[in-house]
Amino acid sequence: MFAFIARRLIATIPVLLFVAVFVFMLLRLTPGDPAAIIAGDNATSDQVASIRAKLGLDEPLYTQFFIWSGKALSGDFGESFFFKKTVAELISQRIEPTAMLALFTLILAVAIAVPLGVLAAAKQGGWVDRLVMGFSVMGFSVPTFVIGYLLIYLFAIQLGILPVQGYKRISEGFDEFIIRLIMPGVTLAVVYVALISRITRASVIETLGEDYIRTARAKGLPGRTVLLRHALRNAAVPIITVIGIGIALLIGGVVVTESVYNIPGVGRLTVDAVLARDFPVIQVVILMFSFVYVLINLLIDIAYSFFDPRIRY
Amino acid sequence: MTIALENEVDAAAARAAAVARPSVWKRLSQNGSVRIGGAMVLVMILIGLLAPLLGTVDPVRIDPTSRNRKPMAEVTVRNDDGSRTARTVLMGTDSLGRDIYSRVLYGARVSLIVGISVAAFSIIIGVFIGLVSGYIRWLDGFVMRIMDGMMAIPGILLAIGLVSLFRAGLGTVIFAIVVPEIPRVVRLVRSVVLSVREEPYVEAAISVGTPLPKILWRHILPNTIAPVIVQGTFICGSAILAEATLSFLGIGIPTDTPTWGNIMAEGRQFFRVYPHNILYPAIFLALTVLAVNMLGDGLRDTLDPKLSKRV
Repeated sequence: MFAFIARRLIATIPVLLFVAVFVFMLLRLTPGDPAAIIAGDNATSDQVASIRAKLGLDEPLYTQFFIWSGKALSGDFGESFFFKKTVAELISQRIEPTAMLALFTLILAVAIAVPLGVLAAAKQGGWVDRLVMGFSVMGFSVPTFVIGYLLIYLFAIQLGILPVQGYKRISEGFDEFIIRLIMPGVTLAVVYVALISRITRASVIETLGEDYIRTARAKGLPGRTVLLRHALRNAAVPIITVIGIGIALLIGGVVVTESVYNIPGVGRLTVDAVLARDFPVIQVVILMFSFVYVLINLLIDIAYSFFDPRIRY
Repeated sequence: MTIALENEVDAAAARAAAVARPSVWKRLSQNGSVRIGGAMVLVMILIGLLAPLLGTVDPVRIDPTSRNRKPMAEVTVRNDDGSRTARTVLMGTDSLGRDIYSRVLYGARVSLIVGISVAAFSIIIGVFIGLVSGYIRWLDGFVMRIMDGMMAIPGILLAIGLVSLFRAGLGTVIFAIVVPEIPRVVRLVRSVVLSVREEPYVEAAISVGTPLPKILWRHILPNTIAPVIVQGTFICGSAILAEATLSFLGIGIPTDTPTWGNIMAEGRQFFRVYPHNILYPAIFLALTVLAVNMLGDGLRDTLDPKLSKRV
């Protein structure tokens, strides 16, 4: 068990290292002088020179990498030249809306998708099944921002029952907070629901063909018990895996959704940073999202070996 | 007598074979998803190719006198020689007076070019890396660690990072969407190679001294074709979505080029009053991606039954 966790942790190191090297190289690969890019168009040559010295750009590449990652490990991610703040400060201001939106979407999507997938599998070929399959094909074809504008048009402009855009912090009142999360959450959840319900369906259908299901039925257990206790529990591993892999979709969706609903989170920050060619911010955002993604999937992997004694790596 | 009998047996065998396994084309043409999806994709390609002939005007022509018209409104266009012609704008005009109908039809070109070239490039590169890495063992570990690292960065974020490096343009966008797709193709191809390389016919080829490139080309590559075609179709669909997303965010194709994402980005400003600026490109975009995905589903069911069982 410990051997497995240790091996899994060690396997994560090269992945994270690759991400760090890629993010580091991002600025060095740009055509032109990185110091001049960071300094911006209106910088004097003195400013450019001081930035070059600060980043150690005159050192060889690997020395630069060690300087950069050493600083990053101690929480110093440099300074945003566009927002005139340290990147760490900037991110910490923007993280709450993004984390809340992602968490809300995750709960919403799982709460909708898993029951739908189980129902579809239980009555294969029935109307729920066709609905789920149809919805999942649609969910993969309609871009997130189109769903966002569709919802805004229907619920905010035509019906006027939800606010159009914006975000309120939880400290400003829970009702205000949650009512502004509903539309972004639903928007973001669509593709995630499509993904999870499809996998749940496929995975449950596969376990329903197993011998122990026939045994459970034969000894007279009610259909619901067979479905939930026996089939869903054994189908859980692929479902949870996909929920973990789907975090990548969620992260991509956050960037779009925050732009549509004008939410001041890290996703909006990403787009603003690219438009302003604010490389220190772009670097940290990619680094942060990727690390979160990798670590969540690492935790999921480790969690299996606790919950599913059949898994021996 | 015996010869006649042999001929008859052969003919019977041929008939039996034909009954047991109809040709790939026949199976494809009988699949509903392939037919509907394929037909819709074909229509979109025709729309893109024939855009100048379908009653469109110059999609980038700015007309300050007829800005923000609703669909089906009448506008008068002043021609270069000073005469005026009345015209109905099917899908309205945007805030610069450009004709949405023409822009949407021309936008099909960009989306299809991006979709098809991303699929082609990511497959060519991915198949090459996958073949080599799956077959040459000492390379495998190193290559796969890099692929794992690339997969650790969420796709659209990796694309955003790459886009930020270069000047905005069609080539940059295609490159930025290809890179995140490569590891997925590599993994697929590598898994096929790993299962095929132990087959007796590969061993036989090795034992008679067939050079490595020929083994890869003649004996291993053909096995990857079916799953790669299926994968390529899905890549095409998601690439069209990715391009629209990047352009919508303002970091994709330059804003003066009519693409579905750009038309929608432009329409954001007056969305509350003129929702049609977002609606029409959205319908075309969703239908195109839907068609490509349906085609992919159908191809998967016919070409690669093993894959269809998995998901």
